[in-house]
Amino acid sequence: METPRETSAPPSDREPHKTPNLAGSSPRRGRSSLADSSGTGRRGDAIFKFASSGSGILLLVIMAAIAAFLTVRAISAISADHGNFLTTSDWQTQADPITFGIAAIATGTIVSAVVAMVIAVPVALGIALFISHYAPRRIAQALGYVVDLLAAVPSIVFGLWGALFLVPHMLGVNAWLNQYFGWTYVFHQNEPGTQPRSLFTVGVVLAIMILPIITAVSREIFLQVPRAHEEAALALGATRWEMIRTAVIPFGRSGIISASMLGLGRALGETMAVATVLSPSYVINLHILDPAGSTIAQTIASQFGESQGTGRDALIAAGLVLFVITLVVNGGARMIIARRKEYSGADA
Amino acid sequence: MAKRIDVSGLNAYYGNFRAVEDISMVVEPRTVTAFIGPSGCGKSTFLRTLNRMHEVIPGARVEGKVMLDDENLYGSNIDPVAVRRTVGMVFQRPNPFPTMSIKENVAAGLKLNGVRNKKVVDEAVERSLRGANLWNEVKDRLDKPGAGLSGGQQQRLCIARAIAVEPQVLLMDEPCSALDPISTLAIEDLIGQLKEQYTIVIVTHNMQQAARVSDRTAFFNLSGVGQPGRLIEIDSTEKIFSNPSVQATEDYISGRFG
Repeated sequence: METPRETSAPPSDREPHKTPNLAGSSPRRGRSSLADSSGTGRRGDAIFKFASSGSGILLLVIMAAIAAFLTVRAISAISADHGNFLTTSDWQTQADPITFGIAAIATGTIVSAVVAMVIAVPVALGIALFISHYAPRRIAQALGYVVDLLAAVPSIVFGLWGALFLVPHMLGVNAWLNQYFGWTYVFHQNEPGTQPRSLFTVGVVLAIMILPIITAVSREIFLQVPRAHEEAALALGATRWEMIRTAVIPFGRSGIISASMLGLGRALGETMAVATVLSPSYVINLHILDPAGSTIAQTIASQFGESQGTGRDALIAAGLVLFVITLVVNGGARMIIARRKEYSGADA
Repeated sequence: MAKRIDVSGLNAYYGNFRAVEDISMVVEPRTVTAFIGPSGCGKSTFLRTLNRMHEVIPGARVEGKVMLDDENLYGSNIDPVAVRRTVGMVFQRPNPFPTMSIKENVAAGLKLNGVRNKKVVDEAVERSLRGANLWNEVKDRLDKPGAGLSGGQQQRLCIARAIAVEPQVLLMDEPCSALDPISTLAIEDLIGQLKEQYTIVIVTHNMQQAARVSDRTAFFNLSGVGQPGRLIEIDSTEKIFSNPSVQATEDYISGRFG
């Protein structure tokens, strides 16, 4: 970032910034006032550079260490596995022969996260736009506080609320969805009227859980849209909604994606809220209203205590899969953002 | 295409603060009218009342009448959105949409008007870019981002965007103040060509510019800080710059102000 250095000696090209040396009351003789490098600012520079690059490197080291740990333990488990790790649905780590696979729990993880995103992202964007562009200032402020407060609620509270309140109240919703959208396969119920401890209900709880973080981040982005761009759209005869579509949303696009990724990361990794709501089973069932399925994080949390040896390593292998899913999703989001980088408006 | 503007008894407010007081003037079609005056005298505020952009600022409101030919822009049945489609605006700082290509920028207004026909859009884009003297510079990179152009090119892009929807009037709020002399000259030449089709009102701090481009000049002033801006006089540019009727105008123009 800084100008290239010609020598390994402390760079003297930054000295002219210290104008007091040039025009101060006790100017040094000759070229010494420019070549002098004994100022305390120089040492501060070095310390700061060391501290910040050290933090960056530390982060990479931690990531690599986690990946290495997960991989080593996962390999030992997978080589002991009598089933195919990728295609087996069963999770029989106590049985003999030991068989387990991530097919069902990875599917459950993705399904519940997708349900959560489909519900949460549009609602969150709506709230964020309302706060940033529609609501009167006082209401916007109050609503902003509530959203931030909601973001701080622990996930177990959402889980309890989901299990004790939402599950009984989802019966009607499930029946309605089954009746009118049962033909879509996804909303078909094998046994109508069963307790809705399903991936769908989990998705709804997760949606409410990730709503505040997506809202809070996108609101900040929407507030940063330059007034000049909004006025440009208005002056062309845009209505408020057209102005938002023309100037605000395109400008906030990469921020919206980042916000959604934060939410998705939370949904993929959520443990307690899922464990309290779901009645887990290790089958792939894409009828999302049926009480079936599990997620990776919830499986690890509920089984880790009693597991040992290969069983424990099997859970670590599942953790590795979750790690990879998260990496792939984030990488995909980065690519989407980078593809239109020159249009991002970041330099405007 | 061009229309006549007839303003009478116009006051503009920011909350309780009156920024512009009792302005009346006539702007003839196919002329360039320049607004000059010291900072804070309400020229830009007044300009923004001519396409109802003033009221997009929270708390801002307008009293009085702005007739565009025989329609009052502040009539009770008038939609401000429709007004802005009729009266286009170019801002002080070039503000092309950063997320759009050059072509998309020019077509933005057409898209808002519901023009979807690709052929019609392409023709309008070329016509507007030619009209803004930008076509030859950008015709090979219409799909590149508008924000990648130089400042002067960006401002001409904004002019192309404004004229693409074929407004009746074009308002320019210090369009050259962020540009170098060569780009400024390009825009001034362009204003000379545009006045054959449009009624143009331009706010400028550059008196030579007002003298070069305008047919009529309006001088605005304020009697003190916190006082509303008022129109001191409006006359042919030649008269304002050679023999103004009011002493304050002469003082301002000759640089003997204050």
